[in-house]
Amino acid sequence: MLSPGTAAPNFELYATPDQKIKLNELRNRKIILAFYPADWSPVCDDQMSLYNEMGKYFARHNAQLIGISVDSKWSHFAFAEHRKFHFPLLSDFEPKGEVARLYEVYDEGTGECQRALYVIDEKGIIRWNFLSPVGINPGADGILNALEELSTLKTVNQ
Amino acid sequence: MNQLIRPINNNDQIWGDANAPLELVEYGDYECPYCGRAYPMVKEILRILGSDLRFVFRNFPLSRIHPHAFSAAVAAEAAARQGQFWEMHDILFEHQMTLEKGDILLFAGSLGLDIARFKDDLEQKALIDKVEADFESGIRSGVNRTPTFFINGKKYEGEWSGGQLLPYLMTVLSEVSSTGIA
Repeated sequence: MLSPGTAAPNFELYATPDQKIKLNELRNRKIILAFYPADWSPVCDDQMSLYNEMGKYFARHNAQLIGISVDSKWSHFAFAEHRKFHFPLLSDFEPKGEVARLYEVYDEGTGECQRALYVIDEKGIIRWNFLSPVGINPGADGILNALEELSTLKTVNQ
Repeated sequence: MNQLIRPINNNDQIWGDANAPLELVEYGDYECPYCGRAYPMVKEILRILGSDLRFVFRNFPLSRIHPHAFSAAVAAEAAARQGQFWEMHDILFEHQMTLEKGDILLFAGSLGLDIARFKDDLEQKALIDKVEADFESGIRSGVNRTPTFFINGKKYEGEWSGGQLLPYLMTVLSEVSSTGIA
């Protein structure tokens, strides 16, 4: 994985069937990038459903969560609608897995993203990363701890 | 290994003996089908382990996918104010498909609760805060699905749906008994 302190590589991916998101247009807030293997699979489903409840906890730290997998935008659209997700799912579909490769979390064997988390600060610098075993939902405690540490650092520096 | 961040305390809904050598904490959601499946298993475990186990139920409503889960959690906490938390907890799990407000009031009526007081308590911020605090303690402790169990403060990572929880608890009980550390 890319190390903390590295500038987060920019990318542009579909977030809805007709709209793309560029990472570097999301400055001035922290971004939690959650790479996951596949829409509809049991562990991913649990993980994304958990994050869906976390909006206000992430918002306290001025952070926005974004999911990324190699599924198509239409699969994402159906998955998000069915599960009532309130955060974007990006489609790393063409060229397949290009962004996951850029972030060093592409699984060549399965052709899917690994289950990996990055926290990126307001300036676009990676501040935390975590690679979970593919069958294990990493929960949200690690993300919250990382966000809290960043908030504490900021307070100290001021 | 994830640890239970907020130890069992007076704000918790606790079943069983305060001095029991085993502590089982469940983070659950009244509208979650898996929690519904776990419910009779946990009841059976409580019956078998008796005074060796105390059980705590903490709320972890996944409100976006289960629109009735949060209000059901508040309803159980409101019933607790009239000393009937576990009675309401049981009814909710036994009627997971009917958790509308009207159903909840019927359940309260069947338990003989003071309905005016119960209705008033459903709106109390303190109870809403309690449910949210339970949820947050779960997040901080690494809860990643429902139900999630903690046994003597440690997250149980194994399967439970095939009845694995009871033998595991018995193993922990024998370890605790042999070392004398509760």
